[in-house]
Parts: sequence; C-alpha cells; structure tokens
Amino acid sequence: MRRLALVLAALSVGWAAPVPAAGGGHLRLATTTSVENSGLCAAILPVFERRAGLKVDVIAVGTGQAIKLGESGDVDVILVHDPALEEAFVRSGAGIRRTLVMVNDFVILGPAADPASMPSCASPADAFRRIAAAGGPFVSRGDGSGTHLREKSLWKEAGTAPTGAWYIEAGQGMGPVILMAGEKRAYTLTDRGTWLAMQDKANLAVVYENPEALRNEYHVIAVNSARWPHVRLREALALIRWLVSREAQDLIGRYQKGGVQLFKPAVPAR
Amino acid sequence: MDFLAEGAAQALRLLAGGNREVWAAVWISVWVAFASTCVAAVVGLPVGYAVSVGRFRGRRAALVALNALLGVPSVGIGLLVYSFLSRRGPFGSWGMLFTPAAMVIGQAVLAAPVVAALTRAAFAGLDPRARQTAVSLGAGPVRVALTAARELGPALTAAVMAAFGRVFGEVGISLMLGGNILFYTRNITTSIALETAKGEFALGLALGGILLVISFAVSLAVHVMRGPEESR
Repeated sequence: MRRLALVLAALSVGWAAPVPAAGGGHLRLATTTSVENSGLCAAILPVFERRAGLKVDVIAVGTGQAIKLGESGDVDVILVHDPALEEAFVRSGAGIRRTLVMVNDFVILGPAADPASMPSCASPADAFRRIAAAGGPFVSRGDGSGTHLREKSLWKEAGTAPTGAWYIEAGQGMGPVILMAGEKRAYTLTDRGTWLAMQDKANLAVVYENPEALRNEYHVIAVNSARWPHVRLREALALIRWLVSREAQDLIGRYQKGGVQLFKPAVPAR
Repeated sequence: MDFLAEGAAQALRLLAGGNREVWAAVWISVWVAFASTCVAAVVGLPVGYAVSVGRFRGRRAALVALNALLGVPSVGIGLLVYSFLSRRGPFGSWGMLFTPAAMVIGQAVLAAPVVAALTRAAFAGLDPRARQTAVSLGAGPVRVALTAARELGPALTAAVMAAFGRVFGEVGISLMLGGNILFYTRNITTSIALETAKGEFALGLALGGILLVISFAVSLAVHVMRGPEESR
C-alpha cells in the first residue's frame, strides 16, 4: 500500500512539474534541424512566448517529416524549407497561411584542397557534375529533409544519377552529415546557417556558393483546423503574424553566430 | 585525451554553475524514468509472479513471449507506441504525442518485461517450502504471494532497479515519443544525441558523465536503504 501511495505521489509531482504554470498551454511547432540547431528558436521564441502567454514546443526534424507531422495533425504549425513539398501540403488542404519568414542559401562544402576545383563552375548543376566526374566522395542527407530534396533536384539538373561507392547516404541530420563529410574528406550540400554554426568542427571549406541559384526559403504554415479540430489555429496564426512582424524580423536579422548573420529576414525593413 | 579531460571539466562546470538546460534535462530524465519504472513494477511484478508460479494454459508461451520482449529495441517500442499515440492512431484524441506522459508510457512498455522476467527468475529460485508453509497456514493466494515476495525482497528490488537502469539510459523512446523539446521532454540521453549531432562532443561527454553519476548514486542509495545484512 505504501509503495502504491509513493508511486501515485511521484506521478502527480512529476506530471505537474514540467508544465508551465501559465494557463496558455502548448503550441507545437515542427521545424527543421537547420533552424533549431542554429539556436535561432531559442533566441527569438521566448519573446513570442511572453507576448502570447503560451509555450512553444519545438520539435526539430527534417522538412519531410515536419510536413508529415502536420499532415497527421501531430503539430499545430510548421517552419520548413522545401517549396515543392510546402505547396503540395497547402494544395492538399492540410496547411494554410503559408508565409515566407526568412531566407538564406545553400552552399557546397568540400575538402579544403578541393580536388574537383569548384569555384570556376558556371552553375550548381555544373558543380555537381564535376563532383560526380571526380568520383566525390559525396555525403547525402538521405533523410527526406529539405536539403536532401534540394540536393536530389540538383542531381537531376546535372543530368547524373549519383550511384556507386562514392555516394554516401547518411540518413542523418545536417550536423552529423557535415561531421561525416569532414571525416571522409567528402563534398556535401548544406544550408549556410548550419555550416556557419559548425564550421570550426569539421575540416571543410565552402567550395561553391551562389546565393541566387541556391536560395533557401523558410516558410511557416499553419496546420488546417478544418481537418484537425484539435489544432490550435488561433495561436498558430498569432505565431505566423508575429514571425513576420517588425519585432521578430529584427530579431532574426540580428541573430548571429560567430559574428555572422545566419538568416536574412524576408520582410524588408522600411 | 584533451577531449575527455575537457568533457569532464565541462560536466563539473555545468553542474556547479547551475546550467538551467542541463538541470532541466537531468530532472526530466529522473522523474520520467522513475514514473515509468513505477508503472513497470506495478505491471511486471504480478506478471512475473504469475508466470513463475502459476499453473495455467499458455504459461509456456507467456514465458517465451516475455523473454522475446527483452530483446525488442527501444526504437521499436518507440515506433509502436508512436503509431498508437499519433493523431492518426487509435489514441490520437488524447493528444499525448510529444509529451512527457508519452515518454512514460513508452519507457514503461520497455521496462515492464525486464521487471517481469527478473521477477520470474527470482521466484523460480525460491525454496518452494516458503509458499507451501504459507498455504498450509491457510493464507489466500495474495497473502501467499506477499509472503514469498518478502523472502525475495533484495532480488525483486534488483529487478526494479535493473528496469530503472534500462529506461534511464535509453534514447530511442524519449526521442520519438518526447520529441526532444527543450525544458519539456529533452532529457539527458536526447541531449547527448543532440549535442553529438551538433558536434559538441565535450558537452555530450559531460552529459554522459552526469548520467553515469546519477546511475551510480541511485544504485548506492538502494544499497544503503536495504541495509548491510540484506545486500550481501
């Protein structure tokens, strides 16, 4: 009996403890590892949490999985970066109010010696062709993330199907893939934010960049409450409005890692 | 070597400096593992006892199933529970995915077979006369079970402790069902996974050290509580 009482006491204490006292509850945001691991969420979301009086639960996964979480109604709002998937998500009726929040770009990383000599390349597709011709190695995310999808479309543009031992499908997040590429002296595609956050941890360099052709847009999308009545649409829309507000856009623009800006706000300053 | 020394130094700095994220992760790890172990004990002890001393049809199958369950990886259980708790799953309306409660459920599913299997083994090793005596004194089945359990106190405590150790150190369930949400479902092991992914190996090592220290402290506490004569 005493043991049971102990169990119940422990459960009730544990249950109550981590839930914040404010009555606002939780808003679930699925976003990409590039946003969460860069530290941006932790830097800007507390301001919104104070304003709205609710806690934002950030679940960091790849874009593909974030959209799936939205489709199954397991989150209220998503912040992702793959235009094609996002449009399909909105078109299917699962997502509403797709809004551009911020922009950065993808870069191609490679060993500092750069055997495929990339900077002279005319286009990203050209760069990918050279990597294939040089026999890489190339580390792919292989996880259905926004970066992985962008990489696949670049291979398609390059007109080469990457196969063979030189093409390594890691199935992991951006950070582990950068570390793996460093260990294997390989090439890889990354968003610039994650690279800036990790550049001192892998012996790699940016071997090709082209901010126009490799533009990387982050959109926020609310999960449609018409499909999932439990979704906290009002709060999700409040978050979307806040993310494109002057206040949030300034916070995003000012967010730096190692003295470098990681994301460009999408709404231009007046 | 720098790596390890730096990790150890950082662990001490983080704990002593009252780093909020680290302490939150430690607290979440401890209470979630404690709650799930309690649930697992409530389920596992009677099941282990029944399988050990019960004489019923399908007992052999139950035994095989129990031992097989010990080998199921935590991600497997994570996926299974996930599919039940997702909004698309049968219990979706509870809205429990990505909460500490979901982690407790997953970990309890992981731990219950551990408790049950070790409980069964403990009772299998019990002198049958202990139960026979109780029966001959006119005790009902519950009384008999409690009498036998008293004989096996240390072994059953060890069974529950083993289950605690199993869930305290697991990462797959916490990651899948908790979602690794800062200050809410991010525990020590998912923090280690995250810091490793970010290439912050020293911090990962530091957290690993903290995990080890707590495991050790819990084990020591149980040892002390049981008293010197019982822990031989």
